[in-house]
Amino acid sequence: MTVSASNHRVVSGAPEAGGAPVTTFTGNRALMLEEPLLFEKGAIDRWGVDLPDVPAVATRLGGLERTAEIGLPGLSEPDTVRHYTRLSRQNYAIDMGIFPLGSCTMKHNPRLNEKMARLPGFADIHPLQPIDTVQGALALIDQLAHWLKTLTGMPEVAMSPKAGAHGELCGMLAIRAAHDAAGSDRRVVLVPESAHGTNPATAAFCGYTVEDIPADARGRVDLAALKARLANGSDVAAVMITNPNTCGLFEPDMIEICAAVHAAGGYVYCDGANFNAIVGRVRPGDLGIDAMHINLHKTFSTPHGGGGPGSGPVVFSAALAPFAPLPFVRKTGDHYELVEEEQAHVSTDHDHSFGRMVAFHGQMGMFVRALSYILSHGNDGLRQVAEDAVLNANYVLASLKDLFSAPFGDAGPCMHEALFSDAFLEGTGLTTLDLAKALIDEGFHPMTMYFPLVVHGAMLIEPTETESKASLDQLIGALRSVANRMLTEDANIFKGAPYLAPRRRLDETAAARKPVLSWQG
Amino acid sequence: MRYLPLTPADRSAMLGVIGAPDIDALFVDVPAAAQLSAPIAGLTPHMTELEVERKLGALARRNMTASDGPFFVGAGAYKHHVPASVDHLIQRGEFLTSYTPYQPEIAQGTLQVLFEFQSQVARLLAMDVANASMYDGSTSMTEAVFMARRVTRRKVARVSSGVHPHYTAVLNTLTRFTDDEIVTRAPDFTPDDDLAALAAAVDADTSCVVVQNPNIFGHVADLTPLADACHAAGALLIVVVTEVVSLGLIKAPGEMGADIVVGEGQSIGNGLNFGGPYLGLFATRDKYVRQMPGRLCGETVDADGKRGFVLTLSTREQHIRREKATSNICTNSGLCALAFSIHMTLLGESGLRKLAALNHARAVQLADRLGRIPGVEVVTRNFFNEFTIRLPQEARPVVRKLAEKGVLAGVSLGRLYPDNAALANGLVVAVTETATDADFDAFEDALDEVLA
Repeated sequence: MTVSASNHRVVSGAPEAGGAPVTTFTGNRALMLEEPLLFEKGAIDRWGVDLPDVPAVATRLGGLERTAEIGLPGLSEPDTVRHYTRLSRQNYAIDMGIFPLGSCTMKHNPRLNEKMARLPGFADIHPLQPIDTVQGALALIDQLAHWLKTLTGMPEVAMSPKAGAHGELCGMLAIRAAHDAAGSDRRVVLVPESAHGTNPATAAFCGYTVEDIPADARGRVDLAALKARLANGSDVAAVMITNPNTCGLFEPDMIEICAAVHAAGGYVYCDGANFNAIVGRVRPGDLGIDAMHINLHKTFSTPHGGGGPGSGPVVFSAALAPFAPLPFVRKTGDHYELVEEEQAHVSTDHDHSFGRMVAFHGQMGMFVRALSYILSHGNDGLRQVAEDAVLNANYVLASLKDLFSAPFGDAGPCMHEALFSDAFLEGTGLTTLDLAKALIDEGFHPMTMYFPLVVHGAMLIEPTETESKASLDQLIGALRSVANRMLTEDANIFKGAPYLAPRRRLDETAAARKPVLSWQG
Repeated sequence: MRYLPLTPADRSAMLGVIGAPDIDALFVDVPAAAQLSAPIAGLTPHMTELEVERKLGALARRNMTASDGPFFVGAGAYKHHVPASVDHLIQRGEFLTSYTPYQPEIAQGTLQVLFEFQSQVARLLAMDVANASMYDGSTSMTEAVFMARRVTRRKVARVSSGVHPHYTAVLNTLTRFTDDEIVTRAPDFTPDDDLAALAAAVDADTSCVVVQNPNIFGHVADLTPLADACHAAGALLIVVVTEVVSLGLIKAPGEMGADIVVGEGQSIGNGLNFGGPYLGLFATRDKYVRQMPGRLCGETVDADGKRGFVLTLSTREQHIRREKATSNICTNSGLCALAFSIHMTLLGESGLRKLAALNHARAVQLADRLGRIPGVEVVTRNFFNEFTIRLPQEARPVVRKLAEKGVLAGVSLGRLYPDNAALANGLVVAVTETATDADFDAFEDALDEVLA
């Protein structure tokens, strides 16, 4: 922040008034308010809660009292509300506009879901209460499980995984357990180069070696290369495939891929991050997959919350169902049970379960939100969700591909997301990053940048079905305007973007070189 | 449909721009055998808001809530009063409906919150650095064991018998196919023996010792001798905290020599939610920061020299490092971390200390009352807000009978250790600031009746 001679601060990106930059005493810019750190505002003897007096008792702490200062500042309730409200206004959000992050499915988060999740009967129950006192909660889990199994055409679902990557781990652990049970020592997992980074990371955590599967010129799995590898596939435990894939394309050979993997003695793990494109129109089970996680925070609208929490239930084929994790809900007549631990004296249909993945039963708060959303849409509405999501993405593709490079733009329609690259900027010295930052000044959250890795300078746009045509037209207009200006105007203008956001470009190199990860005051 | 803005006219116009005759033309890559021509049978059609509220409301009413009567259930999840402003603030759309802050110029709100959260957690646990959260305490603990292996290049993890059995189960599951060797001990009621045995067992193959404080039975112990034993042998001490309010009153793991501290942060700012979403805490010493799992937020400056925050050290993470990443985690518990941070701000150090003292005093009062019931023995000597009593009969059926009388009395050890008959009479009782004297009376009277 520069301080001018008059002790006023120059506001970044501010217009000029009478030939001089507009300055303010506070550094604020009308509704854009600077907010100090909690540690600069608060004090350890300040608080925003009232608590009753502590009864006098002889303590039973065994001499372990904490005596040194902890260093936790507090604020009064009004100052707390202001601190977080001011901070919130420095964020972009779906509630403000389109959030076209490819592979992230940033759709509208209905507030009915929030209301339902806060019903005391769901929000104020303990995971270890007696089973008879939580029958409604178990019924809800069972109903959501029924929807997920039916929508995917798969016979079993594990509800406990906490997010997509955790679901991948669940699926791959089941595959590993199934191979081990069969006495197979296969140790290779094949993963397309376009996969999410979580796929290879997950396979490695299950003790597998990862090998790449090449893509063909149309952005799909190279079926011939895959079959050639599977011809000597006695070491291949599984193939992990994202479908629709991260280029936004459906794998047309998926049935043949699954058959080839099965014939070679392996399993097919499907990354279900992009299920939104096909929900209600395609059951992944009909394609022959063995396991797939479902990101409830993508397809089923539970909020991303600035990075979580998510929820990643995993559906299983009959072959893998016996290996699914604990706990699980079982219905007997009108009564729901929660089968928690492997008990020698209890025989279940999960005798080969690979065990427990989380302390309790999964993301109940997300289950309620997801079921609220699913019931709202119903089987007819969910089908329309997929259709509108795909329609919106193709509209963006069709509206931009004459100007932007679209690596697979001539290979037929895309699914729920449209992939572009910065090849059209060659010679300008500008890249995907510069375009994304210029888009920020236009009032949009940028698209996913530099992913998938198979396309140089990738830009992946996923509008989702909750955007109106007017919203898409505005984004398209802004993208075209920025792109045209980048092709014709001084590149340095764009190297400096954004100008109008709460911050200019941040020095990420400096942050990593000498990390400051907590308040040092 | 209320969540879908496109009109039939829009759809038709857009298909025209695309040059597709109908919507089916956009699904041509799907094999015909897998195309569904109509909504999937056996599922209900769309519902109005009112219909959904009726249906889910009916399910919610079939549960007995923690506020319906006297409530003493803990064992890894705790009922504390969460100020109303916490839930209001986390529902601001700019927090609730934002994504992981990959574009820092328009995510400074989330990033500053994460920086403040990391700072609060590090101070609470008395560690140098905390990450931006994990899924929950159990997965955090497992990640800590993996990290200890990377740091020490050893593979034996020795786990205290006082660690929550579900946490140990998660660790066993997630290390089934790795090189890690997990050594567990049979649970018993005597923590000193457990800690001494762990200290004696640490050897040149040991990567870490994992211990929980307060432990699953409620015991609070000085871990300094165990930390010394670990360090003398070149192993790391991992401390698990499942009730973080305790750290307002008892010594923090960092003050007792812990190298990695993991925890369940649900107690601050987050409701019970039947077990999730919760908040995994993860903290360590500066020298190990590049071996940490999960996201980290760091301070930097922007092009104008203004202070700002970014996600940093991402070369540890899966989206960069792929199969060589320190963890496969991507989505974490961002909104739960926000709730934690807001509640902690409302408490401040003074409020946290008072809240902790209140929890402890109330637990001591109830322990004294229950201990006077004939046949009931309080087996936990030193504790924070949770203790174990031994009943004259199996505890699991007693808990069910108490629930029928409207009292949620605690967690029976029979539920946590179904195959361990020696522990079957044990009941873990948690007492927080939410329990009233009338709740104490009701619990005591009901237990008297059930045991009579």
